[in-house]
Amino acid sequence: MELHWEAAITGGLLIGLAAVLMMAALGRIAGISGILWSGLTSVLQGGTDNTWRLAFLAGLVIFPLVFHGISGFPIPPPPSGGTLLAIAAGFLVGFGTRMGSGCTSGHGICGISRLSWRSVIATLTFMLAGILSVSFFRQVLGWI
Amino acid sequence: MKSAKYSLTALLAGGIFGIGLAVSGMTSTDKVQGFLDIFGAWDPTLLFVMISALLFSFPAFQWLQKRSRPFLADKFHWPGRTDIDKPLITGALLFGIGWGLYGYCPGPALAAIGYGDSDTLIFVIAMFAGMWAATRIESSGNQ
Repeated sequence: MELHWEAAITGGLLIGLAAVLMMAALGRIAGISGILWSGLTSVLQGGTDNTWRLAFLAGLVIFPLVFHGISGFPIPPPPSGGTLLAIAAGFLVGFGTRMGSGCTSGHGICGISRLSWRSVIATLTFMLAGILSVSFFRQVLGWI
Repeated sequence: MKSAKYSLTALLAGGIFGIGLAVSGMTSTDKVQGFLDIFGAWDPTLLFVMISALLFSFPAFQWLQKRSRPFLADKFHWPGRTDIDKPLITGALLFGIGWGLYGYCPGPALAAIGYGDSDTLIFVIAMFAGMWAATRIESSGNQ
């Protein structure tokens, strides 16, 4: 597999910049799972003062596509897991991030940056679980 | 009611976040699974995504925590909880299992919707269903 160190570092800096912009300007944690849940449920329930969450989600979905289109940066191959795995894994990711109060962005970037022990423990836990998951489903079962 | 500047900044931040995910390789499920596959053909490059993000955000957050208010709002919404409880650990475990199983965490799944693959959209819908289920269980446990 090709290794792209420069791309990883550049992308990481942009992610860090976005998280800092959210907190410095708006005073909000850039936690994707939380913004997605609160943003969409308040639309369904007719809540107000939620525009910033929807704006953030719109940027998150639209800008990458525009970026690929303008720069010619290659779009990665589609996921290879199939529809059933997408349903099972998507459900686990949604359930787990909601129950665990965050995901890679909220715990992994923002939480560690403010030295929250909850976030440090959560990040270590989901990294370890992710490693064990791939090892089990790929190396042991050969599913993925 | 928040100003238009507030929402435009959120749009821009979401956009920069999404482009960062796309550039870094995080929107490739193959690459993410390769990163988590430390006992197989390990691809360590994504480790640098987190390191370089933290290199920027860590000092900035330490500085922001000393300030009294953000630039475009009245107050910081810092999360208040400090307890390590069972839902935190169980939730992180389940999230990690799903992350490894398919290769998407929430941000990259959303950023990859525009690539047009139907399974990515199905993943996002299932993710929202999982969030709904967790919220239902949590609220019934509190009654």
